[in-house]
Amino acid sequence: MQPDGKVPGGPLTEKWNRYRSTIKLVNPANKRKFNIIVVGTGLAGASAAATLAELGYNVKSFCIQDSPRRAHSIAAQGGINAAKNYPNDGDSTWRLFYDTIKGGDYRSREANTYRLAQLSTNIIDQCVAQGVPFARDYGGLLANRSFGGAQVSRTFYARGQTGQQLLLGAYSSLSRQIAAGKVLMFPRREMSDLVLIDGQARGIIARNLVNGEYERHIADAVVLATGGYGNVFYLSTNATSCNVGAAMHAYRKGAFLANPCFTQIHPTCIPQSGDYQSKLTLMSESLRNDGRVWVPRNQDDKRPPNAIPENERNYYLEEKYPSFGNLVPRDVASRNAKEQCDRGNGVGATGYAVYLDFKDAIKRDGKDVIAKKYGNLFDMYANIIDDDPYKTPMMIYPASHYTMGGLWVDYDLMSNVPGLFVIGEANFSDHGANRLGASALMQGLADGYFVLPYTIGPYLAGTVRPSATTDHPAFKEAADAVDTRIKSFLNNKGKRTVDEIHRELGQITWNYCGMARNEAGLTEALQRIKELQTEFWENVRVPGSADDYNLSLQKAGRLADFLEFAQVMVTDALVRKESCGGHFREESKTEEGEALRIDEEYCHTAAWEYKGSGKPPEFHKEPLVFENIALTQRSYK
Amino acid sequence: MRENDTIDITLKVWRQKGADVKGRLETIDVKNISTHMSFLEMLDVVNEDLTLTGREPVEFDNDCREGICGMCGAVINGHAHGPEKAMTLCQLHMRKFKNGATIVVEPWRSRAFPIIKDLIVDRSAFDKIIQSGGYVSMNAGGAPDANAIPISQEIADKAMDAAACIGCGACVAACPNSSAMLFVSAKVSQLALLPQGKPEAAQRAWSMVNTMDRCGFGNCSNEKECEAVCPKEISIVNIARLNREFLKASFFSTVE
Repeated sequence: MQPDGKVPGGPLTEKWNRYRSTIKLVNPANKRKFNIIVVGTGLAGASAAATLAELGYNVKSFCIQDSPRRAHSIAAQGGINAAKNYPNDGDSTWRLFYDTIKGGDYRSREANTYRLAQLSTNIIDQCVAQGVPFARDYGGLLANRSFGGAQVSRTFYARGQTGQQLLLGAYSSLSRQIAAGKVLMFPRREMSDLVLIDGQARGIIARNLVNGEYERHIADAVVLATGGYGNVFYLSTNATSCNVGAAMHAYRKGAFLANPCFTQIHPTCIPQSGDYQSKLTLMSESLRNDGRVWVPRNQDDKRPPNAIPENERNYYLEEKYPSFGNLVPRDVASRNAKEQCDRGNGVGATGYAVYLDFKDAIKRDGKDVIAKKYGNLFDMYANIIDDDPYKTPMMIYPASHYTMGGLWVDYDLMSNVPGLFVIGEANFSDHGANRLGASALMQGLADGYFVLPYTIGPYLAGTVRPSATTDHPAFKEAADAVDTRIKSFLNNKGKRTVDEIHRELGQITWNYCGMARNEAGLTEALQRIKELQTEFWENVRVPGSADDYNLSLQKAGRLADFLEFAQVMVTDALVRKESCGGHFREESKTEEGEALRIDEEYCHTAAWEYKGSGKPPEFHKEPLVFENIALTQRSYK
Repeated sequence: MRENDTIDITLKVWRQKGADVKGRLETIDVKNISTHMSFLEMLDVVNEDLTLTGREPVEFDNDCREGICGMCGAVINGHAHGPEKAMTLCQLHMRKFKNGATIVVEPWRSRAFPIIKDLIVDRSAFDKIIQSGGYVSMNAGGAPDANAIPISQEIADKAMDAAACIGCGACVAACPNSSAMLFVSAKVSQLALLPQGKPEAAQRAWSMVNTMDRCGFGNCSNEKECEAVCPKEISIVNIARLNREFLKASFFSTVE
C-alpha cells in the first residue's frame, strides 16, 4: 500500500488558498457538537487546542507536566523564522520555502513545506497580538536577525527565550478557553493508549499520574502533539519527560512511522562530564558567529588549551570549508566534531569535546561586546562546567536535539488512521532530513493556529462515526492492556533500574545510529537492542506502587516504547543506503567525504507499518515529487 | 574544569505519602558524590540506590533541567531553589556544598500548594490565576500586521523582563505570607505595558488579584523575599505596577 499524501492540485503557490476555499465547512452550530482530544501542550498542542476551542469545538487537552505552560517548546532559545521581509533584504515566501526544502536535503513534501512558509507571517502577527514581547529596534518595529547561516534576516526573537515566550502566548490563549469552559484541561496525565472504534481514532486511555487511575476519554477525533523522540539516545537536549509513547501507541494501532532515522544532532552542546549525566545542555548556535572551533593538531595532547601554540591548533571547519567556515550547517559541524574526536584529537576529560574559542573575537570587539551578545550563555557554561569561557575556550560536543521523523501524515496532517491527526515535532512532514534553525517553532505554531483548525473540518463534516460511549469494548480492552503492562513492571522485581537500561540503549543508538551510520554497525545495533529489550522485560526493577505518584513506573513504560521504537529507527537507517541531511551513511559519500544523496533510489518517504510484537515492520514508500525545484547537491566548501 | 572531586553529604529530605498524610524528614547518608553533578543528578543517584536496596525513591518534579520550564524546585537549607542567586534547583551544582555537609531538602510550603508526594506540590492555583485574566482576548486569525503598532524598545524590554517568569512558585515558598503577588504582578505588568494588553488591563488586574485571594495565597507585606529567590530576577517594581493597575480598576473602571 502506497501512502497517499492527498496533496491538492493546482500550482504550488495556489494549493493552500484553493484548498481553504473549497473544503467542506462545519456549520458553526454543529461545531459545538464535536469533541476533539488534543494530547500535548507544547507550541503545536496548546495553539491547536486554543484555536479549535475558539472556533467552537469542545476540546479536551492533556499534558504530562503539572501545567500546560511547561512543555519542552519552552526551551527553544534562538528564534522563529517568518518570511516577513521587514529588513528589506530580499526574503519571500518562495525563498523561505526553498531554503527549507534545500536545508532538508530534498526529503520533504513540497506542498506542505510551501504552506509552512506561507503561514509563517501570520504567526508573527498572531503572537504580537497576544502580547509576546519580541525584540524591537529603537524605532519600535520588530527586530530580525540572521540565524543558522541564513542569508537573510528572517528570525524573530525574544532575547534567548523565544520558545518560552511563544509557548506562554499559546498557553494564555489556551487558559482563556479553559476559563470559557471550551477546553477541559487534564494536567499530569499520560496517554497510555489510543482507542479505535471501527478503524477510526475515537479516544484515549489517559493515566492520571497522581493517583494512577486509568481514565477513558472519547471524542470525534484525536490530535497528537506529543513532540519528538530525541530521548531514544538517552542523553539529549530534550526534557526528561519527552518520550515516544503516544506515537508508539498510535503505531501499534496501525499508524505509520515515517523516516524515523532522520534525527538532528546539534553541534554546540555542553559535553558529558560523567556517567550520572542526565541531560545535555544546548548552547545557542549563535555562538558560532564569533567562536572559532578547533582541536589540537597532535593526538592525545593533554596540555591546557591556552598552552597550545597557534600552529598546533587545527581550525578544522575553517580549513575544510573556507567559504562557510564555522557557520556550516548543523549536521556538517556535528559530523566533523565526531570525526576529530574519533581520530583522537578530542579534548576534555572524555576526549569527546572540541574547543569553541572566543579569544580572537574578544581581541577584535572587546570583552564588553562579546558579553552583551552572549553573556547569559557564558554564565550558564561557567555554572555547569566551572570554568571561565572569557579566558579558556569553551568545550562543546554535539547532542541529540530534534527529530525530523515521526508519525506519517497527509496534507491534512491526518495519519493513515482516520481521525488521528498529528502536529508539530510529532509528525514527519515539513523538515525533510534536516531542520533549519528557528524553524521548529514556526512549524509547531503553523500547524496549531492555522493548519489543523482548517484541515480537521472536512474530516469531521465528511465522515460518519458510529455513536459510542466509553463503555465500548474497545475502551475496556485498551484499559485492561494498560493495566497488565503496568502490573508486569511492578511485579518484575528484577535487578536493574529503568535509567540504567535506558542509558545502555542510549549508548547503542548514539554509537551506531547517531552522527554516522554504517551497515555493520546498524545490524549489530538492531541485534543488541533486541537483546536489551529482552533484558528489560526480564530484569527491570520498578519500585513503589501503581496508585500514587511513581516516576520510575512512568519511566518504565516510556523505556519499553523507546526500546521498540529504536528498532524501527535502526531498521529505517539500514534500508536508507544514502546519506541525506542528518542521516549520514558512511557508505554513501563524495570523494571529499561529504554526504551523498542517491535520488534515483531514495527520493521517497519511508513509512513503517507495525506487524505485531517482535516482528519486523513493513516498509511502505511515498515517492517525493518535485515539480517546482531542481534537486542539487549541498555544498559548503 | 577542575579535578573530579567527590564529597560525602547527609541529606535530610522531606518524605510524605500524600496531602492528607503526615510527613517527616528522613536522613539519608550519601557517599562519593561528584562535585560536577547537578543537585538533581545527585538526587537521581540517591534514587537509584534506594531503588536497588528495596526502598522508595524520593519523588521530585523536574523536566527541562536547563532552568526554563519552571517544573523543579525545593527549599534547600531554607532557601527556595538553594543558596545561589538567580538559579533554579536544576542548575545548582554539588560543588557549592562542602564535604560532610548536611543538606535539608523540603517542598514548597504554602496552603495554596498542597503536597502531592515528597517534594512534589500541586501548583494548579497558578494556572487558575492565569485563567482568570492573564491573556489578551483575541482569537487566531484576526491579528493586524505585527509592525502595525510600534512599541518603544524600552517598553518592550520592560515587558520582557516581566514576561521572563517561569511560574515555578519559589516566590510563594519564600514569602512569609505565601503571597503570589510577584507571580501575578509579572503577568499583569507584561500585558499592561504593551498596547495589546491595555484595553483589558483594569479587568485583568482586578480579576487576577481576586482569584489569587480565593486560591488561598496571602497578602504582600513588602518582605522582598520573593525577589531575592526568583530564578529569573523578576523585580518587585512589578508589584508596584500591579498595585497601580488594581487601584485604577477599583476607582476608575466599571469592573464589578
